[in-house]
Amino acid sequence: MSLPGPLQEILDDLKLFPSRAERIDALIGWGDEFVNPGADQLPRDEFRKVPGCESEVFVMSEADGEGRRYLFAVDNPQGISAMALARILQVGLNGLPDAEVQKVPDDIIFEIFGNELSMGKSLGLTGMVRMTKIESAKRNSV
Amino acid sequence: MTQTSLPIEARGYANPSVLVSTDWVAENLNREDVRLVESNEDPLLYSAGHIPGAVEVDWTRDLNDPLTRDYLNREQFIELLSRNGIGPDTTVVFYGDKNNWWAAYAFWVFNLFGFKNAKIMDGGRLKWVKEGRELSRDVPNYFAKPMSFPDRDDSTDRAFRDDVLRHLDKAGKLIDVRSPEEYAGTRLHMPDYPNEGALRGGHIPGAKNVPWARAISPEDGTFLPATELKSLYELQADIQASDDVVVYCRIGERSSHTWFALKHLLGFPEVRNYDGSWTEWGNLVGVPIER
Repeated sequence: MSLPGPLQEILDDLKLFPSRAERIDALIGWGDEFVNPGADQLPRDEFRKVPGCESEVFVMSEADGEGRRYLFAVDNPQGISAMALARILQVGLNGLPDAEVQKVPDDIIFEIFGNELSMGKSLGLTGMVRMTKIESAKRNSV
Repeated sequence: MTQTSLPIEARGYANPSVLVSTDWVAENLNREDVRLVESNEDPLLYSAGHIPGAVEVDWTRDLNDPLTRDYLNREQFIELLSRNGIGPDTTVVFYGDKNNWWAAYAFWVFNLFGFKNAKIMDGGRLKWVKEGRELSRDVPNYFAKPMSFPDRDDSTDRAFRDDVLRHLDKAGKLIDVRSPEEYAGTRLHMPDYPNEGALRGGHIPGAKNVPWARAISPEDGTFLPATELKSLYELQADIQASDDVVVYCRIGERSSHTWFALKHLLGFPEVRNYDGSWTEWGNLVGVPIER
């Protein structure tokens, strides 16, 4: 199954980094781009919270063209991986139709972060991808 | 002042020198004979910012053999020390995320090689960060130091499944440090964590449940004073200093934390970590479990 174009481009760029250290630096660069919205922009409600994510991540979306614009809050300052993934999902999926977003497999996190993720970390990050896909489907149900 | 904010040397530990405070680390940052080692669950954390001068030891890449479900051998261990500039006279201070789970795990693996000059930073990475102390993204390079080490010795601090079976035969003491739900068998994994493949839920027969986190202050992640630790393990697990004890969890990381508390902070001489833990026991053919 092919990924949405912008997301595929990000993955292709990450694959260009030959060493783990350089790839990690690139991911931290994504995390550095992340801007944590205030509660006025993204209310920290329980139903917006990503289950199983220790980084205290919340997700919501707004209509944006044919698709949606995704907002993420990461309230744990140590949640570097969550910040990186949030930014990657925003750049890779914002504005895309739901059908495109639904193509994203939950385990894409291993393509992004590598296979050495612990189970705790992988659960939280997978939860972010799932919540994004749930948000994406809202367009059809509104 | 809460009890847990007592200075380490006032907490009554059997071996207080294995624990250092964030203040101590800050005061000793530039010592050439001190090497800070960060061990995390999150693979990005170290690179995103670590205590200045710290190196990273990753629990999957650096401590485990890539092909065999086992730890480093002697040559691999010496290479690990060498590339991090750790010599025979270096004091290694471990710290990390998750309240020092992986720091304790690394400490335990180093201990298997007889590396005794090791300490843990009380409260871990989060305490350092919460105190607003300096972090750096500079990855240091240290000169390799010649070292020689004996082969890894698993006999005193590590338990294998056959050891646990023998331990059961003599009604030895066991502590299961997982969550109460995992212990009871109502779930096969930590709360909010996925199932990692154990076929059955429950615990090793006779094991008492003392979740690892009871050994630390929920406020700042520092270890409880010795009197509180002692009563915790005496009351909840019927453990005395003279007992031969095996601790386990799911893969051996949380139980490394408890092993550290029992062996080094309380000074109980016979404590072994069963790193096969529930991922092995919960799938083993022919072994008993209890619910």
